[in-house]
Amino acid sequence: MHHSDRDPPALRRRTLLRALAGAGTLGALPALGGCGADPRNDPRRVTMAFNRVQEMELAGMNDLLDVFHAATDYTVEVDNFEPNSYQESINNYLQGTPDDVIAWFGGYRLRFFAERGLISDLSHLWDGPLAGSFSQAHKELCTGDDGKQYLVPYYSYPWAFYYRPSLFAEHGYEPPATRAELLDLCERMRDDGLDPIGYGTREGWPAMGTFDYLNLRINGPEFHTDLANGDAPWDGPEVREVFSAWAELLPHHQPDPLGRSFDEAQTALLRKECGMLLAGLFVSQALPEEEADDLDFFVFPEYDTSVGTGAVEAPTDGFMLSADPRNPEGAEALLTHIGGLEAQELYADRDPQALPAHVDTDTASFSDLERKALELIDGAETITQFLDRDTRPDFAAVVAIPAFQRFLRQPDDIRELTSDLERQKRSVFG
Amino acid sequence: MAPHGTSPPTPSPPPSSPTATSDRNRRTAPRPRTGGALRNGRGDRITVALMLGVPAALVLGLVWLPALATVVLSFTRWDGIGGLETIEWIGVQNYVDAFTIYPPFGPALSNNLIWLVVLFTVPTVLGMFLAVLLDRQLRGGALYQSIFYMPVVLSLALIGFIWQLIYSRDQGLLNAFLAFAADAPPVDWFGNPDLNLYAVLVAAGWRHTGYIMLLYLAGLKAVDPTLREAAAIDGAGPVRTFTSVVFPALLPINLVVVVVTVIDALRAFDIVWVINRGRNGLELISALVTQNVIGEASRVGFGSALAVVMLLISVVFIVVYVATMLRGARR
Repeated sequence: MHHSDRDPPALRRRTLLRALAGAGTLGALPALGGCGADPRNDPRRVTMAFNRVQEMELAGMNDLLDVFHAATDYTVEVDNFEPNSYQESINNYLQGTPDDVIAWFGGYRLRFFAERGLISDLSHLWDGPLAGSFSQAHKELCTGDDGKQYLVPYYSYPWAFYYRPSLFAEHGYEPPATRAELLDLCERMRDDGLDPIGYGTREGWPAMGTFDYLNLRINGPEFHTDLANGDAPWDGPEVREVFSAWAELLPHHQPDPLGRSFDEAQTALLRKECGMLLAGLFVSQALPEEEADDLDFFVFPEYDTSVGTGAVEAPTDGFMLSADPRNPEGAEALLTHIGGLEAQELYADRDPQALPAHVDTDTASFSDLERKALELIDGAETITQFLDRDTRPDFAAVVAIPAFQRFLRQPDDIRELTSDLERQKRSVFG
Repeated sequence: MAPHGTSPPTPSPPPSSPTATSDRNRRTAPRPRTGGALRNGRGDRITVALMLGVPAALVLGLVWLPALATVVLSFTRWDGIGGLETIEWIGVQNYVDAFTIYPPFGPALSNNLIWLVVLFTVPTVLGMFLAVLLDRQLRGGALYQSIFYMPVVLSLALIGFIWQLIYSRDQGLLNAFLAFAADAPPVDWFGNPDLNLYAVLVAAGWRHTGYIMLLYLAGLKAVDPTLREAAAIDGAGPVRTFTSVVFPALLPINLVVVVVTVIDALRAFDIVWVINRGRNGLELISALVTQNVIGEASRVGFGSALAVVMLLISVVFIVVYVATMLRGARR
């Protein structure tokens, strides 16, 4: 075979050049479109970034904004983002030209954004129109390292052990209150042919729930914060004890958690294949409506009487104000509205698992489960966030999750695991 | 290209055109360095400048500069927030960390290698085999062709969903089938780190096979049928015809396939990302780079160091490829 010496098909030079010129013109078009009247300077326009996309969540936001539009002259333009990609690109987003009002969470990264000057101080709202609206625990969540507030909390959902009361009634189980009772219940469930605790951590993050709660119950919330801030050692006796307690519980979990997604574990709970599941209140979203009553929770049992069960892991969502808002007055009006009782209740009407952060929330229309969940949050001595919200994201995603997954594969080399964690922590925290 | 006889008459440049002259010059005699070709007026010089300059600027701006920036950033610690003045220079610390205290790095290297070897052995051979079969003008060939090619055009989200339906431990098709047919206990296809890479490679191979098939199919259509006739007249069977006559004639396609496969193996990313973000047995360098740089982590410096390692590996293959091409061109 020889290579052909023939000319390539006749793409003529001029045609090519003309095409190139055409492409160049096309490329310039959007730039031209940028000229003209800039609607961004409209004093009535407020922009907002919202990271929830489910139907009920969008409907809730719509209702809330309708009331705002009716009461003021402002028009709110909402940019909707898919939650995962939003979370992953927030760093870049905040450094670009972000919207005025930005959905975000309480915890470490809020404090980090505040320290870097990527968001604005909201303490005058907290001391002014929003004074007395939120609990002390929520206030601490929204406070930066400088003691000022940077977030208007919107809703929280508590993590706890969720179970089906009908299943418990059928077998005569009682919700456990202590470590011994929990282990005892697990044994009984196993004897009855159930997987006691559902487990699905293929995505990595769900494993943090078990670690967080064991840590909160064994070492207390202060240690949780120190650990998340990189101040406490990961290779000390405290963390090793957490892993030992986890290893003790592990045989009572569904087998092969690393191949099961969290949704699948949730399905196992709803099908009554497992007895309980450590999860957020969002489990209730998956429940068929006619069985809505058949879901309850108990708080993570007590491990140490001196530590108690006062700490509740309740991820809190809220809204921040960008560093350089185009319409500061409008944005603050919107934030005040969002922090108000009416707006929070309107939203919760549509998305019942979103428990309003406002202290005066009227629970008359709530289901028993929601009321109980809200009481749990209101009565919490400390509200903590999920580890991936409470610590540096690079540590959570790159170090903690792989380490927890390794622990689930080989629960017996705790010593090596923890010293490995500590070495990587030093490299990440620098 | 189509055979000479059937191709539509191509409008050739008028004889007076400078290009034609220069073309002829080049073909008949070695072009004198200072003579003829470039003396053909400003229009041509601008043309040449544009045709070289635009692609060169694109390559420089979109490939070389980012690559260089990656190398530079790999010696820093930076979270991507704030101006360039917040960058902290830490020398080769990122590389030291990657090789010493970053547990996923070793598995990622070996997984990429396994990926490459498996892609070369199974889907490439299978794709070639399918192409040869389809080239025989089977009835419904176009239908088969579309079916085998389908995985290549499916979106990432859909592929992840399809394989989840098959591999799910509790509700998956495969485990249900195994339990039904052999009463086997459920296998943890996604979670068992000794197993999940191969489970995913089946999915990746499923996709790669269709791609390779199409490449070879295009190559086979271009093989001169007289070659086959000649081989048949000489008494070669179909297997002998393929191995001794057709396959060597496919050399350009083979090179393309090698390159495509190597690139695919190094770029492999989407399926593992959908399944578990490239952790727990599914570590791949590309996934680690993404976790560190693009994801929430914003560990720009460390992620860049990983990307540089990936770049170095690609360079090895690029050098081999370019050397082969140049040798071929010289011949």
